[in-house]
Amino acid sequence: MKSLEAVKVEVAKLEDLPFQTGRVVKLNGREIAVFRLSSGEVRAVENRCPHKGGPLAEGIVSGNYVFCPMHDWKINLADGKVQAPDDGCVITYEVDVKEGKVYISM
Amino acid sequence: MNLRKLVLVGNGMAGVRCIEEILKLAPNRFEIAIFGSEPHPNYNRILLSSVLAGDADIRDIVLNDWNWYEQNGIKLHTGQTVTKIDTEKHLVYTDGGIVESYDDLILATGSLPFMLSLPGADKEGVIAFRDIKDCETMIEASRKYKKAIVIGGGLLGLEAARGLLNLSMEVSVVHIFDNLMERQLDPVASKMLQRELEAQGMRFLMEKHSEEILGDRRVTGLRFKDGTVEEADLIIMAVGIKPNVALAKENGIEVNRGIVVNDFLETSVPNVYAVGECAEHRGMVYGLVAPLFEQGQVLAKRICKRETDPYEGSIVYTKLKVSGVDVFSAGEFMDSPDTRAIRVHDEFAGIYKKILVRDNKVVGAVLFGDTSDSTRILQMMKNETNVMEIKRVSVLENPDSAGVSGMAAVAAMSDEEIICGCNGVSKGTIVQAIQEKGLCSVEDIKGCTGASRSCGGCKQLVAQVLESVLGDKAQIAAQKEPICSCTSLSREEVLAEIKEKHLTTVKEVMYVLGWNQEEGCSKCRPALNYYLNMLWPEEHEDERASRFVNERLHANIQKDGTYSVVPRMYGGVTSPSELKRIAEVAEKYQVPMVKVTGGQRIDLLGVKKEDLPKIWAELDMPSGFAYGKALRTVKTCVGSDFCRFGTQNSIQMGIDIEKKFERINTPAKFKMAVSGCPRNCAESGIKDLGVVGIDGGWEIYVGGNGGVHLRAGDLLCKVKTEEEVMEWTGAFMQYYRENANYGERTSYWVERVGLANIQKVLEDPETRRQLNERIDVALSVLKDPWKEIVQNEEVRAVYEELPVLA
Repeated sequence: MKSLEAVKVEVAKLEDLPFQTGRVVKLNGREIAVFRLSSGEVRAVENRCPHKGGPLAEGIVSGNYVFCPMHDWKINLADGKVQAPDDGCVITYEVDVKEGKVYISM
Repeated sequence: MNLRKLVLVGNGMAGVRCIEEILKLAPNRFEIAIFGSEPHPNYNRILLSSVLAGDADIRDIVLNDWNWYEQNGIKLHTGQTVTKIDTEKHLVYTDGGIVESYDDLILATGSLPFMLSLPGADKEGVIAFRDIKDCETMIEASRKYKKAIVIGGGLLGLEAARGLLNLSMEVSVVHIFDNLMERQLDPVASKMLQRELEAQGMRFLMEKHSEEILGDRRVTGLRFKDGTVEEADLIIMAVGIKPNVALAKENGIEVNRGIVVNDFLETSVPNVYAVGECAEHRGMVYGLVAPLFEQGQVLAKRICKRETDPYEGSIVYTKLKVSGVDVFSAGEFMDSPDTRAIRVHDEFAGIYKKILVRDNKVVGAVLFGDTSDSTRILQMMKNETNVMEIKRVSVLENPDSAGVSGMAAVAAMSDEEIICGCNGVSKGTIVQAIQEKGLCSVEDIKGCTGASRSCGGCKQLVAQVLESVLGDKAQIAAQKEPICSCTSLSREEVLAEIKEKHLTTVKEVMYVLGWNQEEGCSKCRPALNYYLNMLWPEEHEDERASRFVNERLHANIQKDGTYSVVPRMYGGVTSPSELKRIAEVAEKYQVPMVKVTGGQRIDLLGVKKEDLPKIWAELDMPSGFAYGKALRTVKTCVGSDFCRFGTQNSIQMGIDIEKKFERINTPAKFKMAVSGCPRNCAESGIKDLGVVGIDGGWEIYVGGNGGVHLRAGDLLCKVKTEEEVMEWTGAFMQYYRENANYGERTSYWVERVGLANIQKVLEDPETRRQLNERIDVALSVLKDPWKEIVQNEEVRAVYEELPVLA
């Protein structure tokens, strides 16, 4: 049963995440970029642009999007979709924030 | 009305291009089906070399995506090969069992790579370079293997070889002739090309005849007829292509070398047409892109029953798509007894240009090192210009005002002429789009017509077409350009509003000025942050989240996600103890590469993000801002301190300038140099601001650039004293800071506003004083970022990964 359930991992305190800036966490060998948006919501996606593997955590965050620092691809942090004219997708992870702690579901 | 059934065999560039033309002429007249044996939608085969070279992604080279077929109601059968045509009953059959009927049938089956039938050619690791699959095989092989051989020193072979070099493979090119690209270049150009490619790391085995491919299952090497052997884990055969005519031939359509067509692209069988590389017209088979488009236009009109001029053949011309090498060849390129040549050969600059003339008309050309004349020369060939009527030296002169001569050439072009070779966009299409849709920028044209969407080589040409249509309005349009797509306001308007309403944060600007994206984008956020900083140096708090990664982390991001560190070294001067410290830090943090930069500083490359603050702390040197839109370095020569020619103390001047202006942000990076005498060993002539010592004074040059926009600086002024050098430098920098667009280098800015205008402003001592006053205020609040980060625990944490807490 356990293997079917998503595992929740505590990755940070909310206060460790500056607004509009990405931070990196490594979980089970995967590199994940965690963002705290201006709205206060937290998003997590794989830290790798589908184009040339740019580290998304270092991109400029605008609203719900991040711009890859390598070649400026625009990625929706909610569904992982690359925005036109480019296309592609990054893995997104479910995030829960409870009592100032940030959890990612794997 | 019943739709006519149109079937296209071959989903490549030529066929689909023709369909596009047909859809434009008669959008509702045909029911269209397309067969392609590759599993992809239509893509730009000529850009495969860019994919291999890592400049483009496979997705970047798709010309028509799946949506396009759907939106145009085209039935697309990919992965299907047409095997039989019943020309009586008007039916085509595929290997997958599909049958389609047709009223009109276009064969655009392209060509096949020519494979040498060497013993061992069937071994694993022996491939052609023709389609996406080959491209993927090569990329895959480069991950596991080291050594590649490319057989064939022609266009395709060299592009493949360059791509493999980019994939970090060792590459040897084998060629049976003495000269590379012998079908496009004369021996002089060919040798220049070989030298250049050797300098890029390619090895050449010339006049070598391959005999046998060695290895068990997978290739291990290649043996030549002279008995020598070259090792290889991968062999690419790029010895040529042959028209793919099997389908036509087996079904009773007349075939010679290609499928024989007349001036309207009709084959020997009624209602069956052929276009592109598979077709043979007046004895010629073309393997280049421009003829495909020209044929497609004629065929489209024919099929739509529109009147059309016959296709009378194309002028063939070629450009090599290899980075750092500009090669162009058109028409005839070898001297012959009845031709005369106009020639320029500058071995110092690596430039060679030759134009062949017969009966006073240009019949061909070879350009190496500088291909900016290619459009003009092609135009002369097409128009059969009489060279006796023009000044011959000017034929090969690269006029300073390239724009002007380019404009004339563009104006002389006919509407059918192709501007964008990648996407087959004609001048007429662009002109029409500008006039009907009111386009006023190259970006608009790109979005609307697809011109310059792929390799971008025609961008300048597109701009010239725009200018020729709009005239003065083009400039007005250019000035009115919004700073990004989040707003309709130009830089000037935004700055005026910021000042008038005293806006002080990026968020405030966007809110008050009605941005259509709440938090802007990666273009406007850094720009606004800069403008606010420049206008309110004491008040505006720098917004880290609006800085591009390099300036946010104070280090240059590299392609693998590591960073590089360049400490400041005033005037390029260091000391033994500083060198030791740098060496120790580099060793301790296992910095993979230590390199001297073009600006005389030391670069530590390949540093991990989390090591940055530690390295800065241990270096104990200020940031060199090598990552910033800011003053970079002040390069110096030895000057009067040591040099027997030096008239001025350039080192001290450089150090003084660097110490005064370090850390100041500018619209784009800002490079400086000081030379002690006109020999100019510090290369002051190609800097944003360069100072040259002369007997009894100094010259100041501005707007120079050694980068993409290669430009010699203009003489701004001559002064007598060191104090005056400082005064003019400060005034120029501040004037540039206040007036250039964010991201605009001085080389573009000086051209845009004009040197005379800048001189007029700066000539006034009172203006210079005020500009210096403002830059001094801006300088007064700056601190060294590395030191600050090292001392501030909170900021330092951003460089660390998040620890997993549970």
